[in-house]
Amino acid sequence: MKSLKTYAILYLIFLYAPIFLLPLFAFNSSTIIAFPLESFTTEWFTELLTLSEMHGALLNSLKIAVTSAVLATTLGIFAAMAVSRYSFPGQKGIMGFIMLPLVLPEIIVAVSLLIVILRMGLDTGAWSVIAGHTLICTPFAIAILQSAFAALDPSLEEAAYDLGETPASTFRLVTLPLVMPGIISALLISFTISMDEFIIAFFLTGAEPTLPVYLFSMLRFPKLLPAVMALGTILVVLSILLITIAEFFRRRGAKRTGNDTGGFL
Amino acid sequence: MADMTADKPLISLQNVNKHYGDYHALRGINLDIRQGEFFSLLGPSGCGKTTLLRTIAGFEDYDTGSVMISDRDMRGVPANKRPTNMVFQSYAIFPHLSVIENVAFGLRKASMSKSEKMRAAEAALEMVGLKGYGHRAAHALSGGQRQRVALARALVLKPKVLLLDEPLSALDRKMREQMQVELIKLQREVGITFILVTHDQEEALVMSDRIAVMFEGEIAQCDDPEVLYRKPNSKRVADFIGVMNFLPATVRKEGETYLAEIAGLGETEITEAQCPGGVPVGEATVGFRPETLTLLYEGQSATHREAPAVVDEVVYYGDMTYYDVRFEGVEKPVRISMRNIFGRDVLGVGTQVRVSWSPGALVVFDQSA
Repeated sequence: MKSLKTYAILYLIFLYAPIFLLPLFAFNSSTIIAFPLESFTTEWFTELLTLSEMHGALLNSLKIAVTSAVLATTLGIFAAMAVSRYSFPGQKGIMGFIMLPLVLPEIIVAVSLLIVILRMGLDTGAWSVIAGHTLICTPFAIAILQSAFAALDPSLEEAAYDLGETPASTFRLVTLPLVMPGIISALLISFTISMDEFIIAFFLTGAEPTLPVYLFSMLRFPKLLPAVMALGTILVVLSILLITIAEFFRRRGAKRTGNDTGGFL
Repeated sequence: MADMTADKPLISLQNVNKHYGDYHALRGINLDIRQGEFFSLLGPSGCGKTTLLRTIAGFEDYDTGSVMISDRDMRGVPANKRPTNMVFQSYAIFPHLSVIENVAFGLRKASMSKSEKMRAAEAALEMVGLKGYGHRAAHALSGGQRQRVALARALVLKPKVLLLDEPLSALDRKMREQMQVELIKLQREVGITFILVTHDQEEALVMSDRIAVMFEGEIAQCDDPEVLYRKPNSKRVADFIGVMNFLPATVRKEGETYLAEIAGLGETEITEAQCPGGVPVGEATVGFRPETLTLLYEGQSATHREAPAVVDEVVYYGDMTYYDVRFEGVEKPVRISMRNIFGRDVLGVGTQVRVSWSPGALVVFDQSA
């Protein structure tokens, strides 16, 4: 029992200690990333404001993340509805293939997508990153939305239909508002995944790097390292915030339908 | 008004059949339901009663036959275009809307002003005893309140038929009994035809004008509660509605009369009226209800016939006592219900008793029935 407890604590330290180092060095005045710390500074954060290349990368990342999140969530709604409302031959097999990117090594996805795109004689760019990110985000969106649809009592939709609504207005007036927490949560999770994805972006980004790709390229310049730390700190805080919001919406939805099917947190 | 429409049924089902793959869910259903009737579909789970209700509602298709509502063929008419409304087993209250928004939901497309809609919804809420609950959140209501909101939401549209799918099964016993009485009152008040699906025979007997008992996709018997209880047309219906004792018997014809030799009770004359499936000459089963038998106390004598027995089990209910007794030469115990009249002792297990029974209360079934 005692050794298990020690193991758990060590495990958590191993997992999170590096992340805690990030803000530590972000506020340290020395340009060398090493102990002992010198003095407190916010200089690196102000330096971030001057890096115009980084701003371009950030904007690029935001564009890609928003588009991928919307695409993945839309596809996820269709898939989750198909699974929870209908049964058709080959349903399990098809779902298996859709969920496969969850376990597929990203490097495989990235390389194969790159080969396909080049063979087709197309140029890589933001659109190809969006395609790759949509591919890996969709399974996450489906997993979240499927639990939202499963928690929805099918007789609610029948009741609306029975009260005179058409299938389309039933979806708009009953289904959509009730799965909305799941949709928001799927959007936020997909956005977060796309935002910090590196491998696919690295292979498919072309001339306009995304933020993670840009950060990787900056590691060659030790002078810029503290600014990278500052940026990393901001990203960690934003990620935690987004995931918290996503979970808040998911739980609120679960409370409303009175049916918590479990989420990622 | 009832006289004018009495000869013409509001709902008429003719030879309705439905399959789920190889499974024959509805077998040749013929059913006429009159305007203003409280009608129940009763049967064990899986007998097709909910499928039949959903067929009338328009949620299920059927393979052959016809469903008519108010002389209109319902084939191809979807649920949202039918003059029926449904109260679902789970109540299906929209959790993201307030109580009044739930009730007014069906009025969305009605050609009335917003204030008229609100007034209609308020009136419906008042009818089900939820006046002033309009602005509460629907997901904060208790089971009984949800049930009432579901009723108000369906009734506000003034449907020709209200369909109720096991509406009381989720409530506790006290609440259920209270709602049974309220539903009967409500039905009389609004005069709308109610079709109730239930697996609870007591509930069906209490509430209905007529009951259709279903087994395996077929209607076994359709009658008013009293006939169903007193004259079940098969052993199976008899066994499903209330408690029925069965004893083996042999029937023979002697001249113009039929005589039944009943195990433990002796020989008695029976009439054709007591045999719903025709007189089963030869091997037969007789059935009788617990309350048609009486234990005789010291000094009492039988009004009709009596037979000796031994008390096998005693179940005390306060107002009633159920005795399981064994007649001479019969292995299977027979249940007798006795009212606990003041001053009358509850008998113990093993007591030798005399049981009074009347031949007229017997129902005679085919052995195989």
